[in-house]
Amino acid sequence: MAEAAPALEIRNLHKRYGDLEVLKGISLTARDGDVISILGSSGSGKSTFLRCINLLENPHKGEIIVAGETLKLKAAKNGELIAADNRQINRLRSEIGFVFQNFNLWPHMSVLDNIIEAPRRVLGQSRAQATEVAEALLAKVGISDKRHVYPNQLSGGQQQRAAIARTLAMQPKVILFDEPTSALDPEMVQEVLNVIRALAEEGRTMLLVTHEMGFARQVSSEVVFLHQGLVEEQGSPAQVFDSPNSARCKQFMSSNR
Amino acid sequence: MNWEVIIKWLPRLAEGALLTLELVAIAVIAGLILALPMGIARASKQWYVRALPYGYIFFFRGTPLLVQLFLIYYGLAQFDAVRQGPLWPYLRDPYWCAVLTMTLHTAAYIAEILRGAIQAVPQGEVEAARALGMSKAQAMLHIILPRAARIGLPAYSNEVILMLKASALASTVTLLELTGMARTIIARTYLPVEIFFAAGMFYLVIAFVLVRGFRLLERWLRVDACQGR
Repeated sequence: MAEAAPALEIRNLHKRYGDLEVLKGISLTARDGDVISILGSSGSGKSTFLRCINLLENPHKGEIIVAGETLKLKAAKNGELIAADNRQINRLRSEIGFVFQNFNLWPHMSVLDNIIEAPRRVLGQSRAQATEVAEALLAKVGISDKRHVYPNQLSGGQQQRAAIARTLAMQPKVILFDEPTSALDPEMVQEVLNVIRALAEEGRTMLLVTHEMGFARQVSSEVVFLHQGLVEEQGSPAQVFDSPNSARCKQFMSSNR
Repeated sequence: MNWEVIIKWLPRLAEGALLTLELVAIAVIAGLILALPMGIARASKQWYVRALPYGYIFFFRGTPLLVQLFLIYYGLAQFDAVRQGPLWPYLRDPYWCAVLTMTLHTAAYIAEILRGAIQAVPQGEVEAARALGMSKAQAMLHIILPRAARIGLPAYSNEVILMLKASALASTVTLLELTGMARTIIARTYLPVEIFFAAGMFYLVIAFVLVRGFRLLERWLRVDACQGR
């Protein structure tokens, strides 16, 4: 093998809800340092695709390979693929960060406790160790002063930044962002995008489902346009945004200008 | 109203109140411990796990506490195996019969409270735990249960108050808890109004203190802040 294994590789992913086929065979490769934006209209399957990668949603077909390691899957009775090895999926999930549209912070814990919970339970870090890491991350996302505050006392943008810090605390190899700014009002979108931009500049490997077209164009190394459960257009930001081959993608881009 | 009689018998009523508190405290704490695995099993996605505690809950919620108490106090003694068994010293004692019945009874209700609370934990918060690599058990222990405890606490405090009042049934198996004590005193004084009035006051004060206590606990656990988002 001349080249190191890509950070994340997805092959021929299929997912359906009942008779509705949401993903009809999507493949995607993210090399180290890639920032891949996934665009598409509502219902095109972008979020489902992202959620299938760490099995928050169970696909029906496909392969998921994280840093050369294939995720072991087995068929459940209902035809969905589920994790064959619980230890493996838990370990791989800890290596794949996931940032939710609705933050999903735990409201009964302070911001600091939200961040140190998983490193302590999953990575076995001591409270002191985890706190040290968390403080640095809070500084990085710009909410150091909020460490002892509870999620409901934060603005949406601050909550999302706390959620990003919580994900970063696991030192993930790949981070998946599922519409991280869609639940925020316009003023707060920028502060979250700035954090994500900083992460991109650090050279982190990221998959980003978003409706922020301008932002996607700026930070992405690659853009994927999904339409009706298939990759309709794929390439560099310049190519996908300025000269897409597909008519559907052209239409979508022009309506978002 | 004969206040002198009330004051005279206050110490004995307080004794009864103490026994009432003891019965209720043991029942709701032991019941909670018993209810934990049942509530978790009831919230399972697997039907056969859900079915396990179903029969238990069906029986204890579907029959009156008084019937259950009589079954254990009068019923168990009919079986030789029980009379000769190692637990007989306890099962012949009305105190332990009452404790056992109340515990088993309230456990069924608490298990259902817990099931509802576990199912009310927002799915996204559970997903967040799993997405960070927590196993099912870790997510249950560290995220879901602490979260469910806050959701279920108001209903649990309600159940404790209900048990406080249900504990009066223990007087039917000769226990001199608050109601039993009041009836004994009335048999001597022939003053039902005064003594039952005083006993009622004791219940009110206990209930008031319990409600206040749970209010403080709710504030300490930040229950309000966790409702909705």
